[in-house]
Amino acid sequence: MSQDNRLKSGGRIDRSKPLYFVFNNVSYTGYQGDTLASALLANGVDIVGRSFKYSRPRGIVTAGSDEPNAVIQLGSSEATQTPNVRATQQELFEGLVASSTNGWPNVNVDAMGLVGKIGGKMMPPGFYYKTFMFPQSLWETYETFIRKAAGLGRSSYENDVDTYDKINQFCDVLVVGAGPAGLAAALTAARGGARVIIADEQSEFGGSLLDSKQIIDGKPAAEWVSEVVSELATFADVLLLPRSTVNGYHDQNFLTIHQRCTNHFGDQAPANQVRERMHRVRAKRVILATGAQERPLVFGNNDLPGCMTSTAISTYINRYGVAPGKNLVVMTTNDYGYQAAIDWHDAGREVSAVVDTRANVQGRCVDEMQARGIRIISGSAITEVHGSKRVKAVTIAPINADGSAVAGPAAKWKVDTVASSGGWSPAVHLSCHTGSRPVWKEDIIGFVPGPTVQEQLTAGGINGCYETGAVLKQGIDAGLTALQELGLNEVTVAVPSAEDLSRTPAMPLFLVPHKKPTSRAPKQFVDYQNDVTAAGIELSCREGFQSIEHVKRYTALGFGTDQGKLGNINGMAIAANFQNKTIPETGTTVFRPNYTPITFGAIAGRDVGSLFDPKRYTAMQPWHIAHGAKFEDVGQWKRPWYFPKAGESMHDALNRECKATRESVGILDASTLGKIDIQGKDAREFLGRVYTNAWAKLAVGKCRYGLMCGEDGMVFDDGVTSCLAENHFLMTTTTGGAARVLEWLEIYHQTEWPELEVYFTSVTDHWSTMTISGPNSRALLAELTDCDLSNDSFGFMDWKAATVAGVPARIFRISFTGELSYEINVQANYGLHVWEQLFAKGEKYNLTPYGTETMHILRAEKGFIIVGQDTDGSIHPHDLGMSWAVADNKPFSYIGKRGMAREDCVRPDRKQLVGLKTTDPLVVIPEGSQGVFDPNTPIPMPMVGHVTSSYWSENLGHSIAMAFVKGGLSKMGEKVYYPQADGTVIEAEICSPVFLDPKGDRQNV
Amino acid sequence: MLHIFCPHCAEYREEEEFHSKGQAHLARPLDPEACSDAEWGEYLYFRKNPRGIHHELWIHAAGCRKFFNMTRDTVTYEIKETYKIGEKPSVTAQS
Repeated sequence: MSQDNRLKSGGRIDRSKPLYFVFNNVSYTGYQGDTLASALLANGVDIVGRSFKYSRPRGIVTAGSDEPNAVIQLGSSEATQTPNVRATQQELFEGLVASSTNGWPNVNVDAMGLVGKIGGKMMPPGFYYKTFMFPQSLWETYETFIRKAAGLGRSSYENDVDTYDKINQFCDVLVVGAGPAGLAAALTAARGGARVIIADEQSEFGGSLLDSKQIIDGKPAAEWVSEVVSELATFADVLLLPRSTVNGYHDQNFLTIHQRCTNHFGDQAPANQVRERMHRVRAKRVILATGAQERPLVFGNNDLPGCMTSTAISTYINRYGVAPGKNLVVMTTNDYGYQAAIDWHDAGREVSAVVDTRANVQGRCVDEMQARGIRIISGSAITEVHGSKRVKAVTIAPINADGSAVAGPAAKWKVDTVASSGGWSPAVHLSCHTGSRPVWKEDIIGFVPGPTVQEQLTAGGINGCYETGAVLKQGIDAGLTALQELGLNEVTVAVPSAEDLSRTPAMPLFLVPHKKPTSRAPKQFVDYQNDVTAAGIELSCREGFQSIEHVKRYTALGFGTDQGKLGNINGMAIAANFQNKTIPETGTTVFRPNYTPITFGAIAGRDVGSLFDPKRYTAMQPWHIAHGAKFEDVGQWKRPWYFPKAGESMHDALNRECKATRESVGILDASTLGKIDIQGKDAREFLGRVYTNAWAKLAVGKCRYGLMCGEDGMVFDDGVTSCLAENHFLMTTTTGGAARVLEWLEIYHQTEWPELEVYFTSVTDHWSTMTISGPNSRALLAELTDCDLSNDSFGFMDWKAATVAGVPARIFRISFTGELSYEINVQANYGLHVWEQLFAKGEKYNLTPYGTETMHILRAEKGFIIVGQDTDGSIHPHDLGMSWAVADNKPFSYIGKRGMAREDCVRPDRKQLVGLKTTDPLVVIPEGSQGVFDPNTPIPMPMVGHVTSSYWSENLGHSIAMAFVKGGLSKMGEKVYYPQADGTVIEAEICSPVFLDPKGDRQNV
Repeated sequence: MLHIFCPHCAEYREEEEFHSKGQAHLARPLDPEACSDAEWGEYLYFRKNPRGIHHELWIHAAGCRKFFNMTRDTVTYEIKETYKIGEKPSVTAQS
């Protein structure tokens, strides 16, 4: 297809480089330098999508990030599908494939159109709240319909093929926006020796100067831009970031920049390059030079393709050499709107008229129009546009002085393009991200940044300053202020000369009047993307949703991916007007990050796949893998879960591992247990304060089990602590609790008891720990150590330093299985060696490796608790039947003592941990089952506690379980019942949780 | 993301290195047994939630592992000061 709307010359495109692309399955041609939007307009594509609620045809309205309609789906393959791409920001590349995100079967013949138009009448604001809440059972039906109809793009069904990146940056001055103000500010700061980052969302620097015919220092503006950019590039400490949107302004000058590194090359990044990069910048000073966005005017059927903002018209003509129509009419409330007429005319196309809402138009714009023979219709407005898929005609009528009513007979004009300008809205979004509220300025009819606690400066359009010369001066001043505040070099920078035009005041007009009342007039769109109309906003106010935040939520004003960039000010003003309030009284909604949508890829960066979370392995990991271990995640640790042999089910493997350990010897990799080295003359006193039991008399060479509680008296960790020397202890913690316990010790030491001399060091990773357990563990260990292992010299709960397999070791005779057991600790890098030596000697004892699951079963046979499984933060030591581990006679009121004494903690009917024996010994109660005393009571039955641990015990030949039962410790021998989801009830008898060897004969041999 | 001056390291570091541990200056009663259940509950659970100046306990978790206090404005998120445990804040809601 030929590019009918492409001008013969002009624009910053490379006509020698044609690019082929596909939009909605039709092939087109554009040029290098085009955006997808400019290329579509060049090819006369009017309709780029259908609207969200009413399914009306929509065309391109703007030329930038504020575009509400041309939000498209990009991607030539499934893996490269990208939703929510603004065609106005997507640079054209060879082979680009894009499609509209809604409209079925296609945007031109839209089956939804009929439904939408009928549905539209039935979909007033608040429609979702009013309609879909009742009956609730139908919500799923509604939802399917709504999602299909709405459709703002989809993500890929395949994994993203590209790499994304994050980088931390710091600078003296971050300049946001590279228009005249930003460039002047950056150049000034750079000359003063500052470390500068300047970022702009467009593909090249220059901002508004790229599409203007402004003369700066006697040269075309674009030449001035390229000189400044060249000079900036010579500074080593200046980082230039085009295609980079500063999306978030966070506390203490932390800003995020979303850089699209290779999106302009294709929908997949070239080999070894990242697609997008997130810059996380800490800036000493931020200069916001974000400019301003043009407000379109709100009039009847203003959403028809062919209606655009006036700056967009100028941009497409001057920057891309595209005039998106034949016959233009301009409606404006201000002098700036005339530029579209000038550019359109100078491009050789017909301008029917400029409709100025102001009654008295004077000055230069009148001269410009006269010179071109363009008619000005003053004191009038376009009240309505006609057409079905594109503007065909407009109705022009005189209006009264304040723009509140039509004041005379209307006339119909045939045109195909309407440019409207309602004035400028400063782009204050970033300044609002940190909580600062913008301030209304009557003289510029716009909000400017309000007071802030950030180290922030502003320059140019964001301040409501729109004349190039003044903008350049503000930029330089901001740069100088930053240099001065930072104590850097003072520089003198000459302000470039630029002709500033005298302007006549603009007219505040946010809703063009229609001869019919707003509720009866053709739809006057405020927010295109959410199909919010002026009538909808008025309805919201009438129905009592008057606060602007309520209006927003009731109508969805400003909710879309464009975040109300075009519509918000008009919408607020319409709400204010309707309620006879001023705009400052009504205020704005809160702008939040991000300024434009950002891909999940850029947020995630490289933190995906194997880099999502660290994995921790013990030194014996290679052995575990070689021997077929199945692994379980415990925190970040990968722990062997069980070691199945060929053809073995998990159940078979566990039975084998359990029996082998109790009959001969098993081995567990316990390296992941938290280990904290505690030293200092007050270490013993400290232990006494954080553990519930006594530590004053623990002798060197002895180990002791301890429970740790919070101030509320509830158990939060447990472990064995050994006395290595008089002022030196080694504390072990649960695998998952290691970091928490260390911080717990530190907080009490640093904030409550700094007078105690004690030091804590995490040594978890310093040691490899292997536990051999079972009647033959002594014989096995004896083969590898000269240490005297006899019960007399090395008793239960003793530890000794010795040599094991030729390396120095600490051997702890402690047991979590109830068997004769030794925990061998060696320097971590000797771990694998010692482990292998144990297996070399262990074959004759059938040394059997076991994992966490067998460990759980073996300890449950002995009734040993696992904190976090058999406790849940509401359980104190007495609830666990572990009063033996509580020493209330200690002189210091240890942590947990007072909490345990609370009224609620001494109730006799608290849930207490007991053992359960099922009546049918083969049934294993599902963990988490809730118990009842009488299964025949009607539902809801009073529940008396849940099963915390439940296993098949091959050693005992029956199932075992631990459970909380109300008052359970005094209910031994009574029955408790566990109703299941399938209607069956499992009967069990309350017993001691120590199922095996209650006297401890097996471990004290 | 806050930019926090660690009074122990004497450096500004990113918030990622720190954890907030809630309200500062919560002294553990010297004689817990003398507290009523209500008083103990007050110490354990009840915290201020001021609009404006607040004193918080922080730890430089991925740094020096030391605790310190911070005076922060909960409205603007301004960090008015950081100071070591045992020191008094120089900025308070009254000042």
